Amino acid sequence: MTASLSLIIVAAALVGCGIYLILERSLSRVLVGVLMLGNGVNVLFLLSSGPAGRAPIVGRADPADMSDPLPQALVLTAIVIALGTTAFVLAMAYRSWQLTGHDDVQDDVEDRAIRRRALSDESSEGYELSGDEGTDEQEIPEEGRSRR
Amino acid sequence: MTWLVPLPVALPLLGAGLALVLGRRPLLRWVMSTAVLTTNVGIAAALLWETDRNGPQVVWIGAWSQPLGISLVADRVASLMLLVSAVVTLAVLVYSIGQGMTGDERDTPLTIYHPTFLVLSAGVSNAFLAGDLFNLFVSFEMLLFASYVLLTLGGTSARIRAGTIYVVVNVVSSALFLISVAAVYAATGSLNLAQLSLRIAELPDPLALVLQLLLLTTFSIKAAVFPLSFWLPDSYPTAPAPVTAVFAGLLTKVGVYAIIRTQTLLFPDSPLTGPLLWAALFTLLAGILGAVAQSDIKRMLSFTLVSHIGYMVFGVGLGTAAGYSGAIFYVTHHITIQTTLFLVLGLVERQGGSTSLIKLGGLAGLAPVVGVLFFVPAMNLAGIPPMSGFLGKASLVEAAIRVGTVPAYAVVAGGMLTSLLTLYAVGRTWNLAFWRTPEEAHEMIRELSDRNPLSGPDDVVPYRDRVRIGAGTYGVHDQVEARSVLDEEDDTSRDLFQLTEQGLRPTRLPRTMVGATAGLAVFSLGLTVVAGALFGYTGRAADDLLDPGRYVSSVLTQEAR
Repeated sequence: MTASLSLIIVAAALVGCGIYLILERSLSRVLVGVLMLGNGVNVLFLLSSGPAGRAPIVGRADPADMSDPLPQALVLTAIVIALGTTAFVLAMAYRSWQLTGHDDVQDDVEDRAIRRRALSDESSEGYELSGDEGTDEQEIPEEGRSRR
Repeated sequence: MTWLVPLPVALPLLGAGLALVLGRRPLLRWVMSTAVLTTNVGIAAALLWETDRNGPQVVWIGAWSQPLGISLVADRVASLMLLVSAVVTLAVLVYSIGQGMTGDERDTPLTIYHPTFLVLSAGVSNAFLAGDLFNLFVSFEMLLFASYVLLTLGGTSARIRAGTIYVVVNVVSSALFLISVAAVYAATGSLNLAQLSLRIAELPDPLALVLQLLLLTTFSIKAAVFPLSFWLPDSYPTAPAPVTAVFAGLLTKVGVYAIIRTQTLLFPDSPLTGPLLWAALFTLLAGILGAVAQSDIKRMLSFTLVSHIGYMVFGVGLGTAAGYSGAIFYVTHHITIQTTLFLVLGLVERQGGSTSLIKLGGLAGLAPVVGVLFFVPAMNLAGIPPMSGFLGKASLVEAAIRVGTVPAYAVVAGGMLTSLLTLYAVGRTWNLAFWRTPEEAHEMIRELSDRNPLSGPDDVVPYRDRVRIGAGTYGVHDQVEARSVLDEEDDTSRDLFQLTEQGLRPTRLPRTMVGATAGLAVFSLGLTVVAGALFGYTGRAADDLLDPGRYVSSVLTQEAR
C-alpha cells in the first residue's frame, strides 16, 4: 500500500501536540488536546483508505477510480463521538470552575498521600546525614526532626 | 431464533427513548424500565439455551449482503455474558428505584437516571454481541458515555474530580482503540471479526504482533489490568452505590471479554503467554496490597476489583482450553459477587452513615440482615470452599499446573496469596464494621484523636509516623477523620455510635433495596449450586474459542470470505 507522507506528518504532529496538551493541568487545555488527538486519529483513518480517488458516489465515477468509502464513514462516526465528548468535557470544566474557581485537574487521594510521604522522607534524619546542602530545604517543624 | 439476537441492544435503547418521554410519569417509567430489563433476562436465557444446542446465532443488520454491513453474533461466551449482565443490571435497577435516586419525585433533576442506565445496558449487550471491530468501538462509546453521566450524577465536587480522571483516561483509551482500528483496516482491508480471523493469519508476524499489542493495550485500560489500572480505585468509589455496583460488575468485564474475544479469534497463534501471565501476577498483587491498606470499605472493594481482574487475565494468559474455561467461569462469578458487595455497601452507607472503617461498628447487631448479606458474598469473594469463588480459583490453578511453566507457577503462588489477603481484607472489614460494638469504635476514635502525632493536611511536612492502637495503625487521614467526628456538629461527620445515641439509627432500610441485594446474593450462591453444569458450559465455550474456524464458518458463507 502506498501512503501519503504529508498525511503521516500531519497525523503525527496532531497526535503529538494532543498528547502534550492532555498532560497539562488545566481541563480546557486537556480538551484542546483531546480534540487534536481525535483529529490526528481521523487523518490516520484517511491514510488507511489508501490513495485518494474520486468521490465514492454510485454512478458518478468508475468504481475502480473511487476512494474507499468505509474509512470516511468511520471518520464521520468518530467525529460525532468526539463532538459528544467535547460537550461533556466542557460541561465538566465549567462545573469545576463553578465549584472551585479553576478547572485544574486535582490530585487524587493517593497522590496526595504519596507526596506527603515523599516530603517527610526528605526531612528524615537519613537524608540530613547524607545530604550536605541542606540549606535550601523547606522549613521543618522541630518536632518533626526529633521524631526520626 | 436469530431474531432474538438484536433485541438485547434494541430493547434498552427503545426503553431509553421511552424513559425520556415518560419523564413526568414516574410510575409508568419505573414499570417500563423494569419490564425492559426483565425481558432482557428472558431473551438472554433463551439465547443461551439456543446457542448451546444449535451453535452461534448470527444476524446481519439491515440484511446487507455478506461481508458488508454489521453482524451481531451470539455464541456461547457472548450468551453467558449477556445473561449474567442482564440479571445484574435488573437487580441494580430495582435497587436504585428503592434508593430513590432515580428522580421519581416530580421536579427533581435526576430524571436522566433511567434513560442513561438503559443506554449503559444496551452498550454492554452490544459489546458482547459485536461481530465487528468498529461496532465494538461504538458499543464501548455507548457504555462509556452513559458511565460518564452516571459517574458525575449531581455534579458534586468529589464526583467532578473523580469524573475528570475517568473521562480523560477513557478518551485516551478510545483514541488508542481508533488508532488500532485504523491500523487493522490498513493492514487487512476489513473490520469484520470473522474475516479478520482469516486475514490476520496471512499477515507477517511482526505486523500482526503490533496489531495485537495495540488492541491488548486498549482493552487492558478498559479492564484495569496493571499497570493500566491506576484510574479505577480513584474514580469508582465516589459514585452513588448502585452506579459503582454496576460499573464494578460490568464495565471492566467488558474489557476482559474483548481481550478474550480478540486473543482467541484474531490472534490464535500468538497467545503471548509470558507477558499476559506476568501482567496477571502484578495485577493480582498490586490490587490486593492496595486493598489491604484502605480504611474505607468502598475503596477497599475497588482495589479487590482490580486485583481479581488478575485471575481472569491469568486464565487468558494460560492460553489452554482449561484456562479459558476457568476465566469465563471466574468472570461470571465475579460480575455477580462484586455487584452484590457494592450494593451491600449502599445498605451499609444508609444504615451506618458512611463506609469508613473508622466510624463504623456493630452493624451486625444493628442490622443483622445487612451483616449476613455482606458476610456471605465476602467469603465467596475470598474463595472459601465450597462457594463459586473457590471453584473458579481452583479451576484456574488446576489449569495452570497442567501448563506447568515457571510463570504459570508464579501466578499460582500469587493467586493463592491474593486469595489469602482478600480474606484478610474482608475479614478486617467484618471485624471493624460489623463485629465490634459501636462503643468500641467510638472509644477508638477518642483515643486516636488524642494521640500524637497529629498534624492537619495543610501542614508543610506532616509526620510519616502512624499511630498504633491495639492491633491497628492509623495515619494522618484517619486522625483528621476522627477529629471531625468529635468536633463537627453536622450529621454527615457523625459516627455510628453518636447516630445511635441521638436515636437516628437504626433506620428502616427500603424493602426493594434489601430485596434486590438479597436476590443477587442468592443468584451468586446459585452459581455454586449449578457449578457443575456451568463448568460444562464454559468448557464447551472455551473449545469454541480455541477453534476460530467454527466462529468464522457460522458467520460467513463460503463465498463471502
